[in-house]
Amino acid sequence: MKRNFTQTLGFTFLFSSLALTLLVLFSIIYFIGVRGFRVLSWTFLTQAPRQAMTAGGVAPAIVGTFYLALIAILFSLPLALACAIYLCEYSPKGWVVNFIRVGINNLAGVPSVVFGLFGLAIFVKFLKFGVSMLSGGLTLGILVLPVIISAAQEALLAVPHSIREASLALGATQWQTIRRIVLPAALPGILTGIVLSIGRVVGETAPILFTAAAFYLRGFPKSVFSEVMALPYHIYALMTEGTHPKEQTGMAYGCSLVLLLLVLAISALAVFLRQRQRGRFHV
Amino acid sequence: MKERIYKTIFAILAFSSLVFLVGIVIILFKEGLPIFKKVGFFSFLFGRAWYPTHSPPEFGILPLILASAWVTVGAVLVCVPLGVGSALCLHELVSERQRAVLKPVIEILASIPSVVYGFFGMMIVTPFLQKVFHLPTGLCAFNASLVLGVMAVPTVCSLSEDALSFVPKSFREASYAVGADRWQTLTRVVLPAAGSGISTAIILGMSRAIGETMTVLMVAGGAAVIPHSFLEPVRPMTAAIAAEMGEAPMASDHYHALFAIALVLFFITFSFNIMAEFVSRRFRIKLGLSG
Repeated sequence: MKRNFTQTLGFTFLFSSLALTLLVLFSIIYFIGVRGFRVLSWTFLTQAPRQAMTAGGVAPAIVGTFYLALIAILFSLPLALACAIYLCEYSPKGWVVNFIRVGINNLAGVPSVVFGLFGLAIFVKFLKFGVSMLSGGLTLGILVLPVIISAAQEALLAVPHSIREASLALGATQWQTIRRIVLPAALPGILTGIVLSIGRVVGETAPILFTAAAFYLRGFPKSVFSEVMALPYHIYALMTEGTHPKEQTGMAYGCSLVLLLLVLAISALAVFLRQRQRGRFHV
Repeated sequence: MKERIYKTIFAILAFSSLVFLVGIVIILFKEGLPIFKKVGFFSFLFGRAWYPTHSPPEFGILPLILASAWVTVGAVLVCVPLGVGSALCLHELVSERQRAVLKPVIEILASIPSVVYGFFGMMIVTPFLQKVFHLPTGLCAFNASLVLGVMAVPTVCSLSEDALSFVPKSFREASYAVGADRWQTLTRVVLPAAGSGISTAIILGMSRAIGETMTVLMVAGGAAVIPHSFLEPVRPMTAAIAAEMGEAPMASDHYHALFAIALVLFFITFSFNIMAEFVSRRFRIKLGLSG
């Protein structure tokens, strides 16, 4: 009887922790959803802010976020892919691999604001890109490097060895095998990694704080060397700067909802893609 | 010959992530060291006053370090019971089909951006705390702990569930065979077996919490004083960097001091990550999983 009681009590605790977790997380989405929805309109999505941030929309921020993500991915994808290919296909097991792996893990653990300082010192000051889309995009690119590397590694490792061996047995060189056999097979998995990292980039604020972001710009950014507005930074700025806190709060709800929907949709896509790939190779 | 070239190219590119890591360390040292030289290493780390803009300025980051520590400990108290509890629930109490839905849902929720949590904290949690505890301002260490803790729950839950699923079925069956019930098996066999995996999850969660910037910047309150209670406003290290970098003149003492804070922060998270690495390696050996 006593044993049974402990078990019931324990299971009740476990149940309630899962229930509470889901409740809290969904209530965050609910609050922002309900209050943000009132603000959301076609104007909000397609126009620039007007009248000192109290009216208009967030279109430049949406576009800016898109550009930043694009630059980040274009920068980090080739590097990450090369790194993953080297680790999975070429490198002999040993201290070199271990060393690189520990490096990647630690890069993944560096606080985002530290990336921001690095970007400020290297891209903004040293390379003289200034506070610009390019500086911010590159900083974000370094930030997601570990994310894409580990996704690409997972994808490459999932390709069965027999396929590689078959290709090599037919006389293909290792590079031919990688390019024509392994990479196409791993492509969906790599795509998942890209989607995942886009989700990450879109939501990051701290790295662009001093490398790219501007609170208000008249229109869309003209070149990679101009400052940009970005959705996450815009939320922060609406809450901490400006002169009309009350109206700005409404705008911030709308902005948060747009960002939230964007990020949730992207990561849902990533999770869906990953789910579909698991167990694709039955060997 | 061609093969050799390809291999060399890939090898060089593979080191890029290491290059960036080393680059970060070099930059932090280069930009941070001047303040250590000027103020002194110990009086920087353990100085009790952070008044970077006063004249004469004072650069003691003890209040910031303590603020980070308080907020992180608070966040751990929130996210460990909820995260590990949820993981155990997912592992033990829900059906295969429910888990196939809930696990991805939690993974998707893990992607909610920190600025959204910060915004939620400012709009909902802050007025709530203000009313309940009769505070002059609801922006405080407790608020930051709550929001950060909730934010870390999906990550801790997802990683812990992974660790639990690595525990071989035979462990559990052996436990049932000697007459243990489900709760006993879960707490005395499965949980200890996954223990270091779960510890890794918690360490990584803590490392995240220490390094998290936007949420604490928005809800911690920002007062750079040594914290005495959870209901007071505090200024963790990350918030200080983010809030003050925009105003610190280039190459001033203040600028160098902020880089030095980042250096301290880097070493804290770095040691946490190494610790996680170490613990997870032991975990694999313990369960007989390969490298």
